[in-house]
Amino acid sequence: MTIETIVAAARASRDWAPLVGLVPYAQFLGVRLDIRGDQFSACMPFDKKLIGNPALPALHGGAIGGFLESAGLFYLLWDMDSVELPRTINFTFEFLRSGRPVDTYASVFMVKQGQRVAHLRIEAWQSSPDKPIAIGHGNFMVKPGAQPKEAT
Amino acid sequence: MSNVESDQADKVRKWQQITVISPYSRELGLRLHGVEPDWCVIKVLPDERLVGNPATGVVHGGVITALLDSCYGLAIFVKLNKLRPMATLDLRIDYLKPATPGREIFGGAVCYKLGHELAFVRGAAYHDSPDDPIATSSAIFMFTEGPVIALEDALKLLEGFKP
Repeated sequence: MTIETIVAAARASRDWAPLVGLVPYAQFLGVRLDIRGDQFSACMPFDKKLIGNPALPALHGGAIGGFLESAGLFYLLWDMDSVELPRTINFTFEFLRSGRPVDTYASVFMVKQGQRVAHLRIEAWQSSPDKPIAIGHGNFMVKPGAQPKEAT
Repeated sequence: MSNVESDQADKVRKWQQITVISPYSRELGLRLHGVEPDWCVIKVLPDERLVGNPATGVVHGGVITALLDSCYGLAIFVKLNKLRPMATLDLRIDYLKPATPGREIFGGAVCYKLGHELAFVRGAAYHDSPDDPIATSSAIFMFTEGPVIALEDALKLLEGFKP
């Protein structure tokens, strides 16, 4: 199955789980999408393998980072009529609090949607959305869903 | 093996144990490749689980993030020759070109400023040479509360944890 058919099927059935199943690394992180109406949220359930510092313990910055980037990419597939996975141009992470060994959620905000580039802010949080543990900013190259029609 | 080579192999063996202290690094299969004072290299092997784009087979950006984040930690510890608790404060990555599917990826890093509270690092992810990068990156780490442990002492402690 291609991304195109899976996105179309997810849009129709409102079940976005198959989309996560399509991206091996998102599956590896255990990412789950929770989409209700126009509310998009993603979750990375706690797993021992996500630990970076076993002494604290704290989640690995790379796991939190990968989750933020994944959440951003899925958001774009959901929000836009994009049928191809957007390409990350660059990404900046601010780590604000240590990631405790519990479930982590991501809230995604479209800061600017341009023709070619979308800029997202993605916040990872655990206890409460107003206490983010990390914030990511990224520029993504997006392609419009429909190709321009050829002149006939 | 010459003395210089065996010293180098010994250094890599010691720091490899530090590299895989983190469960997440073990899960990703990160392996230490080289330790020089100004360039520490960790590699990640091709793995189906780490693919980001199923259509092309290209590795997920998050794997590059984890690789570089681990590399930065190592570069700072090597510069200190000690293990000191710290946290990533800020990390930025620019993706210059997609990784080639099926090839191992190297992450290289240097700690170019080591302060009392902060450490500044930069690095790159690449296949053949840091001059032809897949991604370039920089980060800032902040030291946190906790004991500072010399490398040899940390290795002894790790020995104690082994079954």
